[in-house]
Amino acid sequence: MNDMRIVERDVETNDVKIAAKDVQVHYGDTHAIKDVSVDIEDKTVTAFIGPSGCGKSTFLRCINRMNDTIDVCRVTGDIRIDDQDIYDPKVDPVQLRAKVGMVFQKPNPFPKSIYDNVAYGPRIHGLAKNKSDLDDIVERSLRRGAIWEEVKDRLHAPGTGLSGGQQQRLCIARAVATEPEVLLMDEPCSALDPIATAQVEELIDELRENYSVVIVTHSMQQAARVSQKTAFFHLGNLVEYGETGQIFTNPTDPRTESYITGRIG
Amino acid sequence: MSLSWLILVVLAIAAMGYVMGRARALKSAGGDSRALHSLPVYYGTNVAMWAIVPAFAVLLVWLLAQPIFVNSRVLASLSDITVADGSSMGLVMSDVRRVADGLDVAVQQGAMTVDAARTLTTEDTDIRELLGGVGVALGSSVSPDVLRGAQTYRQLTGIGSVVMTALVLIIALGGAAFAYARSDADFRARNVVEKGILVLLVSAASIAVLTTIGILFALLFNTIEFFRLYPAADFFFGTKWAPSFSGRGGASDLGVLPLLWGTFYISFIALLVAVPVGLFSAIYLSEYASPRVRSIAKPLIEILAGIPTIVYGLFALLTVGPILVSMFGKDTLGWMSGGTAVMTAGLVMGIMLIPFVSSLSDDIINAVPQAMRDGSYGLGATQSETIRQVILPAALPGIVGAILLAASRAIGETMIVVLGAGAAARLSLNPFEAMTTITAKIVSQLTGDADFASPEALVAFALGMTLFVLTLGLNIFALYIVRKYREQYD
Repeated sequence: MNDMRIVERDVETNDVKIAAKDVQVHYGDTHAIKDVSVDIEDKTVTAFIGPSGCGKSTFLRCINRMNDTIDVCRVTGDIRIDDQDIYDPKVDPVQLRAKVGMVFQKPNPFPKSIYDNVAYGPRIHGLAKNKSDLDDIVERSLRRGAIWEEVKDRLHAPGTGLSGGQQQRLCIARAVATEPEVLLMDEPCSALDPIATAQVEELIDELRENYSVVIVTHSMQQAARVSQKTAFFHLGNLVEYGETGQIFTNPTDPRTESYITGRIG
Repeated sequence: MSLSWLILVVLAIAAMGYVMGRARALKSAGGDSRALHSLPVYYGTNVAMWAIVPAFAVLLVWLLAQPIFVNSRVLASLSDITVADGSSMGLVMSDVRRVADGLDVAVQQGAMTVDAARTLTTEDTDIRELLGGVGVALGSSVSPDVLRGAQTYRQLTGIGSVVMTALVLIIALGGAAFAYARSDADFRARNVVEKGILVLLVSAASIAVLTTIGILFALLFNTIEFFRLYPAADFFFGTKWAPSFSGRGGASDLGVLPLLWGTFYISFIALLVAVPVGLFSAIYLSEYASPRVRSIAKPLIEILAGIPTIVYGLFALLTVGPILVSMFGKDTLGWMSGGTAVMTAGLVMGIMLIPFVSSLSDDIINAVPQAMRDGSYGLGATQSETIRQVILPAALPGIVGAILLAASRAIGETMIVVLGAGAAARLSLNPFEAMTTITAKIVSQLTGDADFASPEALVAFALGMTLFVLTLGLNIFALYIVRKYREQYD
């Protein structure tokens, strides 16, 4: 596999953007995340891999407190973004989510026009001073979502009418429109065909310029292609975390090796 | 043999056929059910089906056709008599039927023998007195012709039911025997039963459809009849509703506009109450309430839908009306002169409609995918922003559908109007005045001493037709919107 040659990939060290320490998550009686501590760097793509049900998506949803919307979910431990404890009572989860954008597994454009989909975040957060300002934000976001050329002539057509890959890029554009600092992606390509996947992956690599991107993926090739750092989760534990090249070529934990060679999953 | 016995016998034949058909199929396979094409149950069911379905079909047709046939024969036998003034053949026939029924009762109670009933003549007996003795009161003494008709009637009916019984039994036995003979290992009983089920389902569906069509035609013919007697333009554009109460002889003003106005005004107030309350409670229940609260509150709201409308009517008459009078009556503002008013009926009807709006809207809001909410929360929207800007727009077509269904319910409501809004047809803007609706007037035109040939009674059908067209239009519109909504997520 060509993609495995990333050992030589140049990885510069960045500042720590998200610092998680001893995070535990309980869903009712289920202990979903056990003692996870991880430092996620700024301007880096970090991939979470692991078998289904290992808690990688759950952990991702802790970072923007999306788990708050689930009644039975309890999160303990310490997660800091820019040294600010996000579970501090003073932090408004709504504000936090504006700063930590999220892209979901299934493209979920609102049943509104393409324009309104992208303008949704800026509107509720009052990011635009006037109409032309909003137009600029929408155009910039769509360009950053690598979909501007395809939709610029039909901004007022419904977002649900786009193809799956276009919808997902629209959702990414919608997420970047609120100017987040961190972008969380929960299996963003699992509902897409290979061409759309390639487009989104390319986009993720470009997004690294401005954001700290955390991506959950089931495809190890994808993790190897797009990420600089990889974390391997297994049964709610963070088994191994390190440079992507090192995880895929020279894992230290036997469980990681078993997983990436396809023996557990 | 009476009808219920006949049905029981056919069912017994079917049960026997079931057991025998099953046994025969098993035997043909040498007792090994795996060698059969279908499960043994299907062979039994097949035989039972063949026993029941054709027999009952014939029975049903016979029961519908016999009275028509007997009537025409009796009429033919009476064709030589002259009908007295102010009477009609229909009245004579109803006399005939009444005497025939009376004779049946008399025979049953042992007041006379079967032969006596057949050979009875008006010269020998006072039939009016005789039937009065067994509890059948007749309006006048029986003429020889009517008695003759009644005797023919009884005779034909008697023959008819004997033939029917025999025919039905033969068909049941024949059907069972036919299916029994076919019950062997290769026979595809399962497929036949499958077809039988299809026929059952299709006939159930067609009963509903055919009834609708039947009602529509009944309305249509009577409406046409009405417009023959009363000018359509006066009906549709007349602003005065004043039917004469003498029953006959014109001078009635039958303008539909005051009733239409009352209907719309009351429905409008009802929706003004029901839509916000119902919608907000639906939003609370589906988005904010904890599962515990929801599991208690939702059934409680739905109980409102189970209260009979007459109870709502009493509530309007005895509670809401007096309260409104004490608030807006002549002691305070002087807007309201009595408890029955558009406002009273509208408010109570609104309460009745709350569960319609809330229950349907709740289902529709729940049908909005969680992914929409996640997407919105993930962008940093609050709960109410998410509801206002994502969930409600996504659910809007469905909610509009729910509101339109509630509206057609409001337009068709009668009891609350009769008790809450009064009976005066009026074109007025004041919601504290008594008004009335189309449905309430249909009731008042048809109850009491109505001559069904007069425009005053026939107008009820024209009103019914107007109402039917209105609610049908609303329902079609609602269905259209609901269907459009469905396409969005599939």
